[in-house]
Amino acid sequence: MHNLTLAELSAGLDAGQFSSVEVTQHFLARIKRLDGNYNSFITVTEERALAQASKADKQRSADADSVSALCGVPIAHKDIFCTAGVRTSCGSKMLDNFVPPYDATVVENLAAAGVVVLGKTNMDEFAMGSSNETSYYGPVKNPWHSDCVPGGSSGGSAAAVAARLTPAATATDTGGSIRQPAALCGITGLKPTYGRVSRWGMIAFASSLDQGGPMARTAEDLALMLNHMASFDTKDSTSSEQSVPDYCAGLSQDISGMTIGVPEEYFGEGLNPVTEQAVNAALAELEKQGAKLKAISLPHSHLSVPAYYVIAPAEASANLSRFDGSRYGYRCENPVDLRDMYMRSRSEGFGDEVKRRILVGAYCLSAGYYDAYYNKAMQIRRLIKEDFVSAFRDVDMIAGPTCPNPAFEFGAKGDDPVAMYLEDIYTIATNLAGLPGMSLPCGLVDDKPVGLQLIGNYFDEGRMLNVAHRYQQASDWHSRCAPGID
Amino acid sequence: MSVDREDIEKLGELARIDISDENAKSSVKSINDVLALVEQLQAADTANIEPLANPLEARQRLRPDEVSETNRREEFQAIAPATEEGLYLVPKVIE
Repeated sequence: MHNLTLAELSAGLDAGQFSSVEVTQHFLARIKRLDGNYNSFITVTEERALAQASKADKQRSADADSVSALCGVPIAHKDIFCTAGVRTSCGSKMLDNFVPPYDATVVENLAAAGVVVLGKTNMDEFAMGSSNETSYYGPVKNPWHSDCVPGGSSGGSAAAVAARLTPAATATDTGGSIRQPAALCGITGLKPTYGRVSRWGMIAFASSLDQGGPMARTAEDLALMLNHMASFDTKDSTSSEQSVPDYCAGLSQDISGMTIGVPEEYFGEGLNPVTEQAVNAALAELEKQGAKLKAISLPHSHLSVPAYYVIAPAEASANLSRFDGSRYGYRCENPVDLRDMYMRSRSEGFGDEVKRRILVGAYCLSAGYYDAYYNKAMQIRRLIKEDFVSAFRDVDMIAGPTCPNPAFEFGAKGDDPVAMYLEDIYTIATNLAGLPGMSLPCGLVDDKPVGLQLIGNYFDEGRMLNVAHRYQQASDWHSRCAPGID
Repeated sequence: MSVDREDIEKLGELARIDISDENAKSSVKSINDVLALVEQLQAADTANIEPLANPLEARQRLRPDEVSETNRREEFQAIAPATEEGLYLVPKVIE
């Protein structure tokens, strides 16, 4: 049952082959039996899940025609989305005791569609990391190689889907946090256009870059998820008012005649030859289906990582100032005065990487450095966006590698933050530009998955899912299973 | 641009993060590594380029000034470290 996709589970529920309670019990039992190997969940919500499943079964039997495709299908939420009555830790000691009194809009939207929530998935602390090693709850292990990282920050969601502990999961992406773990764990993940999915109730890291999106095994499943995750939300001041299309409608369309841009900067020095080979084979498959490949240039690509490491820490240092031990979250023991309470609550509650980014952000925003760093980075951000805008005058989509290397070992980049940051070199630019990006499996090297990245024009998620779906009809990388997983 | 131990301590004071003796040295090194990465920006020509804050260049949406949320003080304060009679308690500020 756990090898079925979200779409297949939905069809099975519709046909009465199994009930939502049976499906939910099956996945809960798998989590209980196997997650000790992966550490992909922080919280499992067994009782709630079974109650939701039994409610979904009643809804389906009462009126099968009016329920959504996701009614009764189990999923997991990244532990960055607020869930009313369920601890939402954001991977941090700071929020280890935080039980939100409200649901994030994404959680609310999916609940209205009737999904069953199995639990909350592990992640890098406050979504700051590319390896899941910064989580207060310990690192997640890559299901393909237990000594390798699953990627981050949505490593728990990625590993849980790859290990067949849930058919799909929500996630967030500020600089690659959906696409990079999807690539490293051999699953499919989509970061929508900035503003497509509401950020309300999604704990903020860098507000002008953060975007929620789905992770699953297939593009078709992502389309089903995005249909319900995307919405215009008045509670998010940057939510898009554009109407949400049916992302499933165009999945099977012919892609012949489509022009796919291949940026030369994404195939230069630093790209692992084994990754390059797998990505080139995938591009050849798209060409075989009638797409035209066109070499393009994104000349400011090399500036995306430096610009990001000003903008993201600057926004983070402002966003994370709310964690001061006053209203919710961690407060230190016996503070002697207010300063001591702030100082110790934050120093004891945050981990090293979060502290580092707060300090870098505070530096870039401090008097005398604002113009040289923050303003400069925002100017470069425009240049990066213009690179894409001009490329999209000639091409319908852009394709290349998701990340330079397959999964690396734990501790490999331990004391070198910059080496870790460079793992996101191909994903960061789309966040700076606000464009949608996705990763889909396109090969295996020594049993380590490789991801193909697609970057679409603004609000062109439907066409990206179409290309990904067509590729998945002609390949089977997305249905490969990590060794040892039955 | 690089920072030394004293700069980091000042930043720690601004951000209310304690830079204790045992990790100050590694903080200085790793933050300088990040700043060296960021330094690459200085080589780019950005004359007459408008800074971009919102990737879609969206403007702030306004709404009528009407009450839209109900008061849920008890629920919000139930998760606070310390409260009393509807107020959040912190260590004494004024003698």
